[in-house]
Amino acid sequence: MTVAPHVPSRRDWLLTEQPASRRQARLGQAYRTWLAFRGNPLAMVGLGIIVALILVAVFADLIAPYNPIVGGDLRTERLLPPSAAHLMGTDDQARDIFSRLVHGSRLTLMVVALVAVIATPIGVFVGTTAGYFGGWVDTVLMRVTDVFLAFPRLILALAFVAALGPGIENAIIAIAITSWPPYARLARAETLTIRDSDFIAAIRLQGASSARIIWGHVVPLCTSSVIVRVTFDMAGIILTAAGLGFIGLGAQPPQPEWGAMIAAGRRYLIDQWWVATMPGLAIFVVSLGFNFLGDGLRDVLDPKARK
Amino acid sequence: MTPLIDIRDLDVRFTAGASQVHAVRGLSLTVAEGESFGLVGESGSGKSTVLRAICGLAPTWDGTILIGGRALPPRRGPEFFRQVQMVFQDPYASLHPRHTVDRVLSEPLAIHGFSDRETRVERALEEVGLGRGFRFRYPHQLSGGQRQRVAIARALILEPRVLLLDEPTSALDASIQAEVLNLLDRLRTERGLTYIMVSHDLAVVAHMCDRLLVMQHGQGVEELTRAALRARAATSPYTQALLEASRGYTAA
Repeated sequence: MTVAPHVPSRRDWLLTEQPASRRQARLGQAYRTWLAFRGNPLAMVGLGIIVALILVAVFADLIAPYNPIVGGDLRTERLLPPSAAHLMGTDDQARDIFSRLVHGSRLTLMVVALVAVIATPIGVFVGTTAGYFGGWVDTVLMRVTDVFLAFPRLILALAFVAALGPGIENAIIAIAITSWPPYARLARAETLTIRDSDFIAAIRLQGASSARIIWGHVVPLCTSSVIVRVTFDMAGIILTAAGLGFIGLGAQPPQPEWGAMIAAGRRYLIDQWWVATMPGLAIFVVSLGFNFLGDGLRDVLDPKARK
Repeated sequence: MTPLIDIRDLDVRFTAGASQVHAVRGLSLTVAEGESFGLVGESGSGKSTVLRAICGLAPTWDGTILIGGRALPPRRGPEFFRQVQMVFQDPYASLHPRHTVDRVLSEPLAIHGFSDRETRVERALEEVGLGRGFRFRYPHQLSGGQRQRVAIARALILEPRVLLLDEPTSALDASIQAEVLNLLDRLRTERGLTYIMVSHDLAVVAHMCDRLLVMQHGQGVEELTRAALRARAATSPYTQALLEASRGYTAA
């Protein structure tokens, strides 16, 4: 009698209880997280929106039917309503709004990515350092954080942009500078809950330096909640960038930034509604996508919610 | 012969704002090399604090702690950690939830600059009775007893002379408890380790320790040998009450 040989599938390999290598253990862990995430339909919608945004930004040149900067004939093609030729109509410079939205996704994505890359590490570093050392280090770092938290975010960003000069790069820097304090607070709170736990005491007893403990043991446990928070804040970041664009301190014309597009369209809001509405819809959809994604990530990544 | 561990007049205080807790008051004890020494007492008697003071986890302490005849500096150096290691009470709290067993065991080796990490990690796992299949697991894939074995492997991987055991089996159920105690016993004989073991369970201490110190309110009440404990030859009323309580419990 022959027994059909059991061929382990890739799924079995990932979900095995006895991984044979570091890589397999890590991939298996990631796969389990993905399985949990996939079970949440709203989170998948959010992920779909974000992936779509990234694809649109990457392939903007292929997708956009018209030039986003240079418009058509100013006598005949200004403020056309949505039609087959212009899916979302045209604006007051006779530019195709759909093409501008597609190219504007690059700016939006750039703002979001750069702010996340700048603000998150600062927040995590300040928060974990303050939380781990405590004492005067904690006091100094947290008072600095409080100073930043005391200002409304848009006002502080306004002040920074006013000082640095208008432009999308300065807007990004201003938003990043104003958005790290909540992450620092969050990371500090997480650090306080784990710094006295036995596994931190154990690694201290192995002679690990403070830097090693913070980086290798505290930060991995803080990042998931910070990532969730950052994802939720993405919507706010997009809105702040749009707000700065709206009052003319963010992206400068003729850049197709969504907030600036709304600002340009508000003069025609009654008669040519599409000029301001289309970028508004884009902001709305992307913000919603990030919120769904954050919600799903929180369910999956939060170590406390985990079984 | 000088004792390996010599603690004289140890005082540990915890201050939180205005209130102060005097956890250990003038405790002295000596432990010879290769000996297994028990610290017994009820909750809050300061027995775990003694261990934490030895390995530098207690914030402030007074008195003298000599290891191998040399006084401990206020900040423990790498040399100390290679001599003295600790096993914690709760195996669910003492392993990092996001680190594999492999990482838990290789990190101390990396810190102390050992070269043959691969073989050491595999040997450490084998010694505590876990096979290679456990090497890349996360703590949530392990049972309580397996976790405690990993914690013991972690404590032994730097090849210390002294192991501080903070109620290493109280979080485990009875059958696993015996396995882990036998493992600890075997490792001590094989490696000539010195144990200081904290427990509230007199049966465990009678099984594991050559001598023990009964503690109450942060002070040493009475020192007993294993034979005296088995013969129930205690002189102080507190120890007698403790023995009585443990007998009533086992008989029930």
